Amino acid sequence: MSTVRRLLAGWLPVYAFLYIAFLYLPVMLLPIFSLNTAAAPRFPLQGLTLKWYQDLPRTPALLEAAWNSLMVGVAAALISTVLGICAARAITRYRFPGRRPINGLIMAPLVLPEIIVAVSLLIVLLQLGLELSLLTVVLGHVLICIPYSMTVLTAGFDGFDRSLEEASADLGETAFGTFRRVTLPMVAPAIISSLLVSFTISLDEFILAFFLTGTDVTLPVYIWSQLRFAGKLPGVLALGTLLLVASFMLLSFAEILRRRAERRTRMTGVAIA
Amino acid sequence: MTAVAERSAEVSASRFRRGTMLQSESAQGLALISPTLAFALVMLVVPIIVVIAHSFWTQDYLTIDRTFTLEQYRIALTEPIYRDLLLRSLFVALVVSTATVVLAYPIAYFIPFHGGRHKSLWLFLITIPFWTSYLLRVMSWKVVLGFNGVLNSGLMGLGVIDQPSTAFLYNTTAVVITLTHAWAAFAVLPIFVSLEKVDRTLLEAATDLGDGPLRRFVRVTLPLSLPGVISAILIVMIPTVGDFVTPKLVGGKDGVMIATAIQVQFGKGANWPLGAALSVTTMAVVTAMAAATVLLLRGLARMAR
Repeated sequence: MSTVRRLLAGWLPVYAFLYIAFLYLPVMLLPIFSLNTAAAPRFPLQGLTLKWYQDLPRTPALLEAAWNSLMVGVAAALISTVLGICAARAITRYRFPGRRPINGLIMAPLVLPEIIVAVSLLIVLLQLGLELSLLTVVLGHVLICIPYSMTVLTAGFDGFDRSLEEASADLGETAFGTFRRVTLPMVAPAIISSLLVSFTISLDEFILAFFLTGTDVTLPVYIWSQLRFAGKLPGVLALGTLLLVASFMLLSFAEILRRRAERRTRMTGVAIA
Repeated sequence: MTAVAERSAEVSASRFRRGTMLQSESAQGLALISPTLAFALVMLVVPIIVVIAHSFWTQDYLTIDRTFTLEQYRIALTEPIYRDLLLRSLFVALVVSTATVVLAYPIAYFIPFHGGRHKSLWLFLITIPFWTSYLLRVMSWKVVLGFNGVLNSGLMGLGVIDQPSTAFLYNTTAVVITLTHAWAAFAVLPIFVSLEKVDRTLLEAATDLGDGPLRRFVRVTLPLSLPGVISAILIVMIPTVGDFVTPKLVGGKDGVMIATAIQVQFGKGANWPLGAALSVTTMAVVTAMAAATVLLLRGLARMAR
């Protein structure tokens, strides 16, 4: 073993821990200052309190925004997952002309500045005479959730053995029957994972919601409006902490499902081999 | 993963190489993808075309004049304010993507080569902060860098400075730090994926042929991880140019970027054609910058070999 290698092996784990600290320290300030009695976020803390959390359910505007976000998130997750299933299934299962460019087009929102997607949608929706509302926010969110749904779903659809479907067809199952009884159970974890991921994205998405929302605001847009007032900061931090916990739980669940799906496809692969 | 998909698709295609089968396969595939494709066309392609059209028009108060003109582009490219904002956005995007990728590379290297059984745990740990509300991640940096912030009080507590400094917040540096933190996971994941795919036998071969670890890294590992580095740079650069949240919250007057100008034209400024021209210019410049980065890195990789 050369010294360079030993050095590398020595500093990399240290660097890894420092990097994780860099990622987490600012984020951890949210829960800490949300417990502070004083409104100004500075050390040392003035005292510990839960009052900012207790105030949250007493703010009608916040509750309404939370409800709106929930509705938008559920709708965006459902629609983007259904559209994602169609596309992911087509891409992984069939060969057809234009497969690659079509895939590129569907994934394009990933590589376009979000503000440009937002303003172009805004122009078209207004010119079509549509009122800005939660519906327009849902449409925008579906557009940017589809690439993430696609990523999760193509990975899930790719993993399993095609011969299972062929066997089912050979045994006389119809195309729909095969999908329902063979394919769907295998890809169910990927579908749930796609639902959770797109719901989380919609819950946190700000730029599109900012442009496309009418008078009904979503949570991030509500937070944005509160950030103007220094005195509202602790309430926003408390809300942010709750959102962080919610995202963490949803994504842990998505991750557990993803791993289970991975294990399952690996096991069936082995069983067949 | 796509390679696997393609291979399996090819296998099935050869299995069914009897004319009609193949044709119906194409039709089925197209039919299945058509709802998603239609959505993307209506919600993305049409809007982008409409924006491009607007950029060649003018607006007088509330009415749009549809006579073709390049006036908006002249304003977007020559008015000092827009030119400066665009240049600053590109500068910030370049610095942020470089910093993010340089910081992310070692950890993206560490996980596949030294992460052992805990690979997915490391990846999960890295993605979690990325799922906090983006506004709040930006906000947390305001709390760190502000006049009464954590950094100032910490430095005062240590006796490094005796008065809080205003130097940390409301400037381009604050924007760069915040975005480098905000996009971290975006950079780690693609680099990790390409390093994970590096064929370990190539590394053994390099060692057997007498390459030291450093030489082996520069000539084998680094070039092979290049696709990941390139997508990391692009995936960080693009949202940076399009961001107006961070400049507004931590950038102050010196940190304003082009997205803020676009936002104003579609909001208070109410000048859609100018906003459209600024958007199209930004898209064009980002695309050019992305293409230049890709070519540059590919050239460097060829030289390393």
